[in-house]
Amino acid sequence: MIKFSKEQLKIPEMSRPVYLVTVGESEFRRAFPHKRTEELCVDAMQMAAELIDMSPAELKRYIHTCYYGHFADHFGDQLLGESVIHDRLGLDPLGNIGVKTGGATGGSTMWEAVKAVASGYSDCALALGWERMDEVPTDEGNHLISCAADKDWETPLGHIYTGYYAVMAQKYWQVFGKSEDSFRRTMAEIAVKNHGYACYNPFAQAPMKITVEDVLKSPVVAYPLRALDCCLMSVGASCCIVADEKTARKMTDKPLRIYVGAGSHTLRPADRRDMDIPLLPNETPSQYKDLGERFPGGDRYPGFTGFLAARMAAYYAYGMAGVTDPCEDLDMVELHDAFTISDIQTYEDIGIRPYGEGRDYVESGDCYHTNPNTGKPGRLPANLSGGLIGCMHAVGATGLMQISECALHIWNKHAEIHGDPKRWKAYGKKKPKDWQDLTVRNCKRTLAISHAGVGSHVTATILVDPDHLLKKSGKKKKKASSKRKGGKK
Amino acid sequence: MAVAKKKTTKKKNTAGKVVKRGTVKVVKDKYVPSGSFHVAIPNTPIFDEKGKLCGVTNPRDMTYMHSYGGEAPFFDALAKGVLLGTKCVNPDCEFKGSIYLPYRIHCPDCLSKMKKVTLTGLVKKTARVHTFMITERTGAFNTLKKPIKFINIEFDGVCTILMSYLSVGEPEIGMRVVPIFRTKNPTYTITDLSWVPLGTPKSKLPAGFTF
Repeated sequence: MIKFSKEQLKIPEMSRPVYLVTVGESEFRRAFPHKRTEELCVDAMQMAAELIDMSPAELKRYIHTCYYGHFADHFGDQLLGESVIHDRLGLDPLGNIGVKTGGATGGSTMWEAVKAVASGYSDCALALGWERMDEVPTDEGNHLISCAADKDWETPLGHIYTGYYAVMAQKYWQVFGKSEDSFRRTMAEIAVKNHGYACYNPFAQAPMKITVEDVLKSPVVAYPLRALDCCLMSVGASCCIVADEKTARKMTDKPLRIYVGAGSHTLRPADRRDMDIPLLPNETPSQYKDLGERFPGGDRYPGFTGFLAARMAAYYAYGMAGVTDPCEDLDMVELHDAFTISDIQTYEDIGIRPYGEGRDYVESGDCYHTNPNTGKPGRLPANLSGGLIGCMHAVGATGLMQISECALHIWNKHAEIHGDPKRWKAYGKKKPKDWQDLTVRNCKRTLAISHAGVGSHVTATILVDPDHLLKKSGKKKKKASSKRKGGKK
Repeated sequence: MAVAKKKTTKKKNTAGKVVKRGTVKVVKDKYVPSGSFHVAIPNTPIFDEKGKLCGVTNPRDMTYMHSYGGEAPFFDALAKGVLLGTKCVNPDCEFKGSIYLPYRIHCPDCLSKMKKVTLTGLVKKTARVHTFMITERTGAFNTLKKPIKFINIEFDGVCTILMSYLSVGEPEIGMRVVPIFRTKNPTYTITDLSWVPLGTPKSKLPAGFTF
């Protein structure tokens, strides 16, 4: 589709408000030879219960339906893996269903659970996701992942999914990055940042203190992408539990309003037709008229440089939550940094920066917890968990981990969870002596982007402190508190 | 009568005995496999360095029988050196006249069945590289020579951008390319279509390929 009807552009409405009650995560690693998947899922559920001072049995009493995000069941040679987990969690005979939308599986699972509560079908729903990518040799794993591309038109070409994405990276690199060394360094800074933030996250798989030079010297995967530009391959689980207002207030004293929007675009980038750029609330029709002049080759939209699915997910979610300018209205984001360059592309798709100017989000220092240029808090910190590059990409769990991390900031529980020496010890790790508290102070609103491969599915999940809603009953509300300016302290 | 053409290949089973890979035909609208399709390999235990049991291997060796359905003419034509696309000819379609390559059966807008069009001449005249990627990394079962030079190709008058691979030279954005076809021993897969820079002599083409 390259033209939208009014009906298709309707801002989604929910029959009743939905609240995020609690969240949980397991540890994430490349492999867990000594753990079954259900053990990781139980770890996530136990954290979710502890966070609201309940026992797992007490928490389970509230759950009415279950949504399970698990993408690649062919890795485990187990169909209906969702039923295995559901049984092991002791949630029979509740209704449950599996959700799979590639890399966006976690976000899509949240989308489904939220709708179950919004509709009134359930008062409390579980969204739990996991992935297990350690049970086949790497080259067979690459083949299995490549099965997520078109099996007739793409998979036979190398059986390597990163290759199908990498052509898009190449186009963005040449057109919008203009193949500049400075752009290449900006990409590297994202890897340095995210591996660095992972050092303070006990759940994270790849904490690393590295430099831009380390990234630039790492092996080429598909030029200009190098090994340290790429996300991790992980095993682990995450969960989020949502409820209607009455149930949520019974379960916790601080539930968060949750909105999820979803978009899609062609599985094969080949099928993308040229179209007008759909605009977000902070953009104007005239601002992209000269895009092709400023960036020769950049006039085809979304071409191979933009993710229309991300734009549509943001459009719907911003409309639902009342976000008119993400940098102004949001306090932190967890983005799908599958690759450093796709992270930059996403800044543009979701309106953090206009198309063509994504790099500025990094170069301005806005994306950092503490802006390296000013020493002041970053305007809109991104991926303080370490993201997919530093923390994990256990596909079905990723989108839920992002939402979990966002919520911990609003609840002001980030330091408590991430700084607990017992948690580090339980994972066989030592809490770093220089551990930093990356809590975003006075965090009221957050965004998590969950994204599949070359952009076939994207969800945007917005969490809002209910005392700081931007919109109530479908109408834009006067902001309860203005965005913090220049300081969180 | 349709026949799923499949090369017979030889494979060793665990006893070292050479077994023939089976073939498949379609008879009276049913798949008829004949010969051997999988080799049962026993599992083996996985221990850690301390000798503790962690799990077992589960070897699998399978063959899928996959229908190209309405796209079969495209893959069949490649073996004859012809590139087919499709065109929406529904007079009521808002985007009537759009030409698609990848070949798709139905118009994405009006869902009417599209008309098959031969694009070999058009692409020879206008194909150019939209973007590209060179990679040494491949997944299991890859049959292409490494490094693979992925190219995505745009054509005048075609509303999509085809993904394929370059067999000669180094890709660049904007480069003019022409198609080549594996007309000798075709595999009937998308790998039967490749591209070379405009002006490449016939002598440089990979074995089995012709213009």
